[in-house]
Amino acid sequence: MLLCGLHAPILFAALSIEITEGTESALPVAVVPFAAAGAPVDISAIVNADLQRTGYFKMLDQQAMPAQPATLQEVNFKDWQAANQNYMVVGKVNGNGAQYDVQFQLLDVYKSGQLLGYRMTSSANDLRRTAHHISDLIFEKLTGKKGSFSGRIAYITTSGGGRQLQVADADGFNPQTVASSTEPLMSPSWSPDGKRIAYVSFEHKSAAIYIQVLANGQRERVAEFPGINGAPAWSPDGTRLALTLSKDGSPDIYVLNLASHALLKLTKGYSIDTEPSWSPDGRSIVFTSDKGGKPQLYLIPSQGGEEKRLTFSGSYNSRGSFSPDGKYLAMVHGNGNDYRIGLMDMASRSISVLTSGPDDESPSFAPNGGMILYASKKGGTAFLSAVSIDGKMQQKLVFSSGEVREPAWSP
Amino acid sequence: MKLKPTFWAIACSALLLSACGDTEEKDPSFVDGNPQSGIKDASTSGLNNGTGINGSEMGGSLSNGGGSGAGNLGPEFSDPNNPLSKRTIYFMLDSSQVLPDFIPVVAAHAQYLIANPSQHVVLEGNSDERGSREYNIALGEKRAKSVAEMMKIQGVSENQINTVSYGEEKPAVPGNDESAWEQNRRVEITYQGQ
Repeated sequence: MLLCGLHAPILFAALSIEITEGTESALPVAVVPFAAAGAPVDISAIVNADLQRTGYFKMLDQQAMPAQPATLQEVNFKDWQAANQNYMVVGKVNGNGAQYDVQFQLLDVYKSGQLLGYRMTSSANDLRRTAHHISDLIFEKLTGKKGSFSGRIAYITTSGGGRQLQVADADGFNPQTVASSTEPLMSPSWSPDGKRIAYVSFEHKSAAIYIQVLANGQRERVAEFPGINGAPAWSPDGTRLALTLSKDGSPDIYVLNLASHALLKLTKGYSIDTEPSWSPDGRSIVFTSDKGGKPQLYLIPSQGGEEKRLTFSGSYNSRGSFSPDGKYLAMVHGNGNDYRIGLMDMASRSISVLTSGPDDESPSFAPNGGMILYASKKGGTAFLSAVSIDGKMQQKLVFSSGEVREPAWSP
Repeated sequence: MKLKPTFWAIACSALLLSACGDTEEKDPSFVDGNPQSGIKDASTSGLNNGTGINGSEMGGSLSNGGGSGAGNLGPEFSDPNNPLSKRTIYFMLDSSQVLPDFIPVVAAHAQYLIANPSQHVVLEGNSDERGSREYNIALGEKRAKSVAEMMKIQGVSENQINTVSYGEEKPAVPGNDESAWEQNRRVEITYQGQ
């Protein structure tokens, strides 16, 4: 049960991502390989993969490109119109091994003009991040929605008999172990500023909640009561942590003020009340309760007050999580032996089922609200998947070894 | 031996256990400002480079809960005809009810603990893998507490029993089928130092 982390080699075993479902109305886009002799990172390939992964775009294969221009001036738009492309991206990377100058242009093929053009400098270490930033800019220009490519994901892996809390780029690259233990690690939750992660560790053979600073690995134990210390969830303003404690007998929802250390108990009674998650305005907390016999989702004011039951269809609804705009609530939606990711429209209260099961869990919204990351098990392997909120696009993130679970997308 | 406390009596007493706490209280376990002891070193490089987050060595000396009676269990624990040889209680789906088959097992351990007040047990509650993980932690705890209550009603001192729930985090058996699920919905009776 010893924790070790620092001296263990960084695991660079990358996640790979497969598109398992796309949309037929995808926009044709060509990302022309950038003129980038000697750059250590293939920026255009990263941008291409980022855009492809969303399912919104149909990317043109390199072999099918009529030419490989690097600037607007070099583009013969007629060729690209003939190739049935709506948009194209061209660019250049120049550098000295340490510092790089990156420029790109997003072009409208039919209007034969530039939609977007940027020039940026990047250290060699930051080139992947720069590529994701470019993807964000392009995505937003073409869809009107913010991109989520620059974000990171936290998740739990099991390998070598232990558990690891890892953080990786949103495309699965650069995974880094931030905590490891031979005992269970659970329920990673990002602080709203993306600098800290709260999680549950059983390293003392009982549950405790820790908050760890990602930049330096320092952490602090914020809850270690008798019984359950679980399901930490940051308030949107970052000042409070909702959590589950069973110190009074049965699991209840509490709100811990991180400055004053005061605990506010929100739920009472002998039912299981757990898995709190905040509404984006911080006023309400959704949680799972079996007070009606089966687990269902309830809403309670975060200052305390009257509970309202939210879910009525399905025999099992748990682990609610609001979309960043508060319009949707993702959940684990179970019927019999089948557990899928469900999405409630908060206006109509109707639930649509987004995934195919049979054991999908831990839904987490992308910061732009367009995708939901979740954990899935099929045929004895556990992996992460992402689905668009209309259910039309699906991606699978395959980890090279061991199980991967409990994904949390950084704000 | 008093082997006949019915489940319902136990369930009711378990219900009564849940007290309504006060609403504002201080968290005594909060470690003010200080990173926890046991954290050694911490890389403070930024997140943008390849070594950024990879961080701290946590842990250090962690207590091992080793109690008295380590390795001290008598031969009755390995006699397959003795209910003490059984240390796992299995449960139905989404239930924390101790099934009739396991009441004698719980009772035997209760009697042993009463007769050996220096012995301590940890009741480890577990669930199968289906559904959400934190809900399963709660379900595992409910199972562990259900066994603990049954033992206490028979006279075992509260001080001899600890409970912990691992939910679906420590399956006894891997696999995604009914047979694995049945074996994973369980409470393990672990004698300290065992």
